[in-house]
Amino acid sequence: MARPLICRELVELVTQYLEGELPRRDRKRFDAHIADCDGCRAYLDQMRRTIRLTGLLTEEQIPERAKAELLQVFRDWKTA
Amino acid sequence: MLVDRYGPAMLRVARGFVRSQAVAEEVVQEAWLGVLKGLDRFEERASLKTWIFRILTNVAKTRGEREGRSVPFSSLATDADGEQAVDPERFFPPGHASAGAWAAPPRPWEDVPEDRLLSQETQAAVARAIEELPEAQQTVITLRDVQGWAPEEVCNVLGITETNQRVLLHRARSKVRRALEQYLEG
Repeated sequence: MARPLICRELVELVTQYLEGELPRRDRKRFDAHIADCDGCRAYLDQMRRTIRLTGLLTEEQIPERAKAELLQVFRDWKTA
Repeated sequence: MLVDRYGPAMLRVARGFVRSQAVAEEVVQEAWLGVLKGLDRFEERASLKTWIFRILTNVAKTRGEREGRSVPFSSLATDADGEQAVDPERFFPPGHASAGAWAAPPRPWEDVPEDRLLSQETQAAVARAIEELPEAQQTVITLRDVQGWAPEEVCNVLGITETNQRVLLHRARSKVRRALEQYLEG
């Protein structure tokens, strides 16, 4: 197998790993490293939780004023 | 209602192309008008969402160019420009026997009580971290992780490459993680 990954390299590959875009060879190096590195395992877990927490946010709705304006634009367009 | 469903994402995307929130709102309005006018030309082969956002980015780009603003997504984010996911100080320095390994490893969040992790305050910390990101990173993380878009959709709408999309997402997520770590452990 290729040279083992070091922690500092691994953290830069986490997104590719989670996106399933890491080439197979690198994926193996990643998995091998994770298997016996507590720090990187914790890091990967933190990343997963971060993504999950971000997913709980609800985007700010459009301000009512902007929405009212928009609906007025629709009405004007219909009657034009 | 479509306006509610796509409105926030449309504003977010528009915001990436023009200078102010007010102009972004105008762009969204103009885009909806374009949608209405073009509705009879809409072919169902394309998804309505893709089509709406294509109209939106066209309007936004035109407005952005008129404002003389360079499109943020056109400034290529590459891995080469040195932004680090983690503070380099947390690894053993070059020359050290364990160079590049964690000197200050992250702590497992499994120990953080679930109700703290899911609390309003934690969510507010995440939201704040996102607001502090550069515009392009903010847009990508919002579309991907808040709105749940697929990577291809983000690339198409913003007109960026897969690599660029991923780099922006990587930086954004890394910074949000860092902010959360500070918040939870600080």
